[in-house]
Amino acid sequence: MKWETVIGLEVHTQLATQSKIFSGSSTAFGAAPNTQASAVDIALPGVLPVLNKGAVECAIRFGLAVGATLNRVNVFDRKNYFYPDLPKGYQISQLAKPIVEHGALKIVADGEEKTIRITRAHMEEDAGKSLHEDFHGMTGIDLNRAGTPLLEIVSEPDMRSSAEAVAYARALHTLVTWIGICDGNMQEGSFRVDANVSVRPVGQQEFGTRREIKNLNSFRFLQQAIDYEARWQIETLEDGGRIQQATVLFDPDTGETRMMRSKEEAHDYRYFPDPDLLPVRLDESWIEAVRAALPELPAAMQARFQREYGVSAYDAAVLTGSRALAAYFEAVAQKSGQPKLAANWVMGELTAALNRSELDIAQSPVSATQLGALISRIQDGTLSGKLARQVFEGLWEGAGEVDAIIAARGLTQMSDAGELETIVDAVLAANQKSVEEFRAGKEKAFNALVGQVMKASRGRANPAQVNDLLKTKLQ
Amino acid sequence: MSLSTDDVKRIASLARIEIDDTQAQATQAQLNTIFGLIAAMQAVNTAGIEPMAHAQEVFQRLREDAVTEADHRDAFQAIAPAVENGLYLVPRVIE
Repeated sequence: MKWETVIGLEVHTQLATQSKIFSGSSTAFGAAPNTQASAVDIALPGVLPVLNKGAVECAIRFGLAVGATLNRVNVFDRKNYFYPDLPKGYQISQLAKPIVEHGALKIVADGEEKTIRITRAHMEEDAGKSLHEDFHGMTGIDLNRAGTPLLEIVSEPDMRSSAEAVAYARALHTLVTWIGICDGNMQEGSFRVDANVSVRPVGQQEFGTRREIKNLNSFRFLQQAIDYEARWQIETLEDGGRIQQATVLFDPDTGETRMMRSKEEAHDYRYFPDPDLLPVRLDESWIEAVRAALPELPAAMQARFQREYGVSAYDAAVLTGSRALAAYFEAVAQKSGQPKLAANWVMGELTAALNRSELDIAQSPVSATQLGALISRIQDGTLSGKLARQVFEGLWEGAGEVDAIIAARGLTQMSDAGELETIVDAVLAANQKSVEEFRAGKEKAFNALVGQVMKASRGRANPAQVNDLLKTKLQ
Repeated sequence: MSLSTDDVKRIASLARIEIDDTQAQATQAQLNTIFGLIAAMQAVNTAGIEPMAHAQEVFQRLREDAVTEADHRDAFQAIAPAVENGLYLVPRVIE
């Protein structure tokens, strides 16, 4: 039997605000335990939450960016459960009337474009952290994270492979960092993914029973966890077993998922509207101001790059991987006037060097202006591709500006015809065997001679000129 | 709708309230009186009326996004039963 995997994702994005969603405590990462936990965050009796305007604005920005409906009136609810890192005994979240509903995000997976529907996105507060290391048989609680604003973004079960799920998660990650509502730091937990996975025979309309994989904090784990889970479900069904609805955890060490709790043990959260918080109203003027301040979005920029710079759809997608990368490319393209060369250098030499040094584009030792100047020198014939790479190395090492490096290292292409002729004559004299072979009809011998001339000129000769001169001499 | 004693015990367990059978039966009777009240209200025709999330027709006031809280950890932890290295200690929880 042929099986189809069905995946929906729930993504928790930590909103990039200065202060918490319901208190004036700092949200900065890495502070000493409980030094950023106020009376509201630790739930002392008598305190009241006051909603952070910045968090609401982040949610509006997201809703606009995915073309969603913004609920002009939205409501906070209490989600009740007991856990020591949730001091109130409930999490403030949004259930019946979330701020964002019915959006969509375009992805490209396996070369095909697809639209993933976004069911909803709602604001909520994060819990604290439990440290299970042994404190005399007790658990340590750090409430610095308690009350940090989150936007939980829920997709429809529109994905059919782990590749599509990863493409969606990546597109979402790019978007939330692009519009500045989340720092995207997955190690620090700013972007956490839960995956709902089920399988069904190809052609069947109804969905299979799903299991939810919790808290995946890298794209690689997301892919591995879904692949393992789907295989496990198919094997279980083919062996005559049944899938029970459950929550599972992924273990990166074994690459397997294991049950955390079954549906019978599932929480009964007893949601109800939070009487401490009034409904939130979004004014049209506020929404319009947020819309006006939105940057050009990745999809629009990809279309423009293809139109204005003539780069391929694939290249446009790579170049808009982040806002910083897109801005860098555009600066290089404009400075050099050579957008295609700029795209090749940014995605090739520059990206490779950044990856080798584990640097982000924002930390690049070579500025966009410098790379633009380098490309101009390729375009005007001063540098060959090979010499340009040497100049690039100089720029990377901080050896100065493009023209200074060219002068200091003698890297200009040879323009003096006399100097080139001397080299060609010497090479011909020293390689009589190749010359005879070429005259006997062996084309390969010609290439060997070109290589020798290039080598003797230490790469400075212009390959086109070498070709012409050799042909003339060998006639 | 009315509640069984088992419903009452389950709600008590979810709320971490310990009750014995006598208390459960007394609470069941009280809660069912409340359900009677709800049933009476549900007889009212509410067609065309927008559901309310709050008793008053007012909206949430918003705070500017700024850090206004200082660190009062020492004061808070002075009344905690057990602390170590700045952490609150609680009976061990492993899921």
